[in-house]
Amino acid sequence: MSSLTEETSTSESSDAVAPIREAFNRHVEDLDTAPSWWKTAKAESFETFAKLPAPNRSMESWRFAKLKGLELSDIQFAALPSISDAASLVEKSNFLDNYAGRFVFGDDQTLQADRISPELAEKGVIWAPFREAITKHADIMKDYFMKQEADLGSEKFAALHQAFLENGALLYVPKGVEIEEAFIVYNWSINAGSAIFPHTLIITEDFAKVKVVEANLSASEDAAAFSCGVNHIFAGVGSTVDYTLLQNFNEKTLGFQINSNIAGRDSNVKTISVNVGCQRYRSETHGQIKGPGSKVEMLSLAVADNEQEIDQRTLQTHSAANAVSDLLFKNALIDDARTIFSGLIKVDPGAQQTDAYQTNRNLLLSNTAEANSLPGLEIDANDVKCSHGATTSQIEDDEIFYMLARGIPRAKAQELIVYGFFEEILERIECPTVAENARQIIQAKFKKRLAKQSQAKS
Amino acid sequence: MVTPNSEIEVDRDKGNFRYTESHKYDAGIGLDEKVIDYICDAKGEPDWIRDFRKRALKVFESKPLPTNWATKDLEVIDFDKIRYYLAGEKRASKSWDDVPDDVKQTFERLGIPENERKFLAGVEAQFDSEAAYSNIKESVGKQGVIFMGSTEALIEHPEIFKKWFGKVIPTGDNKFSALNSAAFSGGSFIYVPPGVKVSHPLQAYFRINAENFGQFERTLIIADEGSEVTYMEGCTAPKFDTATLHSAVVELVAMKGAKIEYVTVQNWASNVFNLVTKRAIAHEDATVKWIDCNIGSRLTMKYPGVVLKGKRARGEVLSIALANDGQHQDTGAKMIHAADETTSNIISKSISVGQGRSTYRGQVHMPKNLRGCKNNTECDALLINDNSRTDTYPAITVRGDRNAVQHEASVSKVSAEQIFYMQQRGLSEGEAMSLSVNGFVNDLTRQFPMEYSVELKRLIELEMEGSVG
Repeated sequence: MSSLTEETSTSESSDAVAPIREAFNRHVEDLDTAPSWWKTAKAESFETFAKLPAPNRSMESWRFAKLKGLELSDIQFAALPSISDAASLVEKSNFLDNYAGRFVFGDDQTLQADRISPELAEKGVIWAPFREAITKHADIMKDYFMKQEADLGSEKFAALHQAFLENGALLYVPKGVEIEEAFIVYNWSINAGSAIFPHTLIITEDFAKVKVVEANLSASEDAAAFSCGVNHIFAGVGSTVDYTLLQNFNEKTLGFQINSNIAGRDSNVKTISVNVGCQRYRSETHGQIKGPGSKVEMLSLAVADNEQEIDQRTLQTHSAANAVSDLLFKNALIDDARTIFSGLIKVDPGAQQTDAYQTNRNLLLSNTAEANSLPGLEIDANDVKCSHGATTSQIEDDEIFYMLARGIPRAKAQELIVYGFFEEILERIECPTVAENARQIIQAKFKKRLAKQSQAKS
Repeated sequence: MVTPNSEIEVDRDKGNFRYTESHKYDAGIGLDEKVIDYICDAKGEPDWIRDFRKRALKVFESKPLPTNWATKDLEVIDFDKIRYYLAGEKRASKSWDDVPDDVKQTFERLGIPENERKFLAGVEAQFDSEAAYSNIKESVGKQGVIFMGSTEALIEHPEIFKKWFGKVIPTGDNKFSALNSAAFSGGSFIYVPPGVKVSHPLQAYFRINAENFGQFERTLIIADEGSEVTYMEGCTAPKFDTATLHSAVVELVAMKGAKIEYVTVQNWASNVFNLVTKRAIAHEDATVKWIDCNIGSRLTMKYPGVVLKGKRARGEVLSIALANDGQHQDTGAKMIHAADETTSNIISKSISVGQGRSTYRGQVHMPKNLRGCKNNTECDALLINDNSRTDTYPAITVRGDRNAVQHEASVSKVSAEQIFYMQQRGLSEGEAMSLSVNGFVNDLTRQFPMEYSVELKRLIELEMEGSVG
């Protein structure tokens, strides 16, 4: 690393970190009842955050991302106490009619905690907010919390996450327990300037089976906020984990989401992200294939308009033989929106009979939208089938013509084609009502556009 | 399918011989202003070239190595231990009889004049820093085609040379283009007048003979409106104990409606660092096709590109790389779309044998407000042994709603069933493997000029020897 970068990082730490350090000190004061290992880990994380350089041009992992707007200077890191409309937010947390467990967090405070049934509790299933888990389930937390490294560029933000995290959801499913109903976590961002740090930690023992849904939402349309979330999955031998994340923060929010999962032998892990909101959104997903016979699916869709930038980084690491990974990321871009897809399939030496796929498809709906695609392969074993594909294209005139000829106006036709484009991913969401909510969120975005356009005309 | 031509003998060790050095001109070791003055004086160059070289030297010194993404192996190069200019005679002989005996024998052994006599429209052979032999068929010369070493061209045709030199690849493009700009010598210059279609390929042959030597040829090809030309180059060097550097800059300009096809078969010895910048500008309705085969060298970093500047311009890169033990073929392609309805096609095939590593690195760029642009990229990698390695790193940026890009890459090994099938019919495992690999690249080699596709097939067969078991 050149001395130039070190210089920038030092000056960055002295100017920009000072107010964040003050906020961290206040945050630590509020932690007086927390166990000391928890506080120590947080203090260490803060120092890691302060020490690591901010994203800069010389970093390959930030290639193509706009660095302006990533400064943390306008964000308040202190907890914001007053949550007046808790009841209405809990009422709006209704993506699932039936669930095995539900947490509703607002600005990282618990608004509602719907616990699991006594039958599940009896089987040893743990569903606990972190505030409780750090004392009641300290062993599990010590073994699994933040034990998957952020390694796709956001190391600094992962450290920030751990330093400021207030709450989160722990789901632990013991051996052989299969749960039909899904677990759901709502993370609401409420106040302007607030910083939230959602965390979902899923651990499945051998042959367990579980579904988890996370919804990251804003209470209002204009409160600019900051969210820095983490999701870690540890899938044991033969277990099945199905995780869906709906992100619909308002378009003034700066969002980070750092996902990582470890797939054990013969396990099935599926993660689906639906990204609609945020002004700037950076999502990192690392699928670590550590057990032979496992199958990891990584799916994502994003619809970006106006000046939105959605930066997606993925890694599929095959460390074990005979495993399958399949990635599909689809983006639709409107106006001046930008997306970045940078993915890598990495096959370690000895990971023979790997089957790995990676596909990025971008649909450009305007003349000024920009899609960047960097699909990558690093293959160190020879008996493999690995492929990647990337396409960027527009809607075919013929398709629009077909619909125009049937009396559907152009804008509506475009919209319908976009829905069709996304359906391939939406239909892979296991909970039908969650898929339906995802469809509605996407449709609402188009409706808002139409409303704005007609307003502009009148 | 091409019938193997028994007259074209390819030997793995064919290039591995050398003659004692007796250079009339030797600029010594290392690169500074004094060395540049020596080169300029030896070549009798005009002042503007001297200034150009000195400016380039400053750029070279100030630019870092591309270490954030490139292989660390680059750091092995010691720029202070390289000899930057070595030449016998500074002017190339027009007649084969006038070429010094040892140089003549070198090229006889490589079969260059034979090839020329057979079918080429012109040939140039570069020995270390300067062209040793340069000739163009009379019939082609009469059409107004200029084909000579760039050393001669910048003196004899400054009006054309100066207009395009350094315009496609600026000095500061990267550290190695800056190095080349400071120390360049030799390389080919071709000018094809409007409407002239050169019926046979022009060929150049580059040979490194001296140890610790850096070859920095500079090639400039201008195809004027509606003209067509095919250029082929081959490279060899003997195996030395120390690393050798080859850092060429190749600039192509295809004017309106012109066609340029540029074919390279690179078979450097396994200690040569081959760090080359190749780029073309294609004007309206022009086509530029790079055919790039990399078999030899320790490290090749080469990404031929086309700037599609005029409407309906077309760019193509067809590339084959074979990386054997101790080799890294870091190759790829760049397509910069800068006008409406431009199209580009990249097909890249790589084979990694033993501990060989092949990398595809690509860039496709379509800025906003362009319409009707299309790119297609296909990369296929074949891995032979369980310690072989391959990487693919494309970067695609597309703006606008009337453009389409598709990229596909796949990695696989030779299918066991296929090998079994062939063994059942009496082929040895090695022969079966070699046949499979040739089949893998066949749809590309079919598009090459015949002599080169035959040579390439032989080279692949030789490289595949001993790869199994």
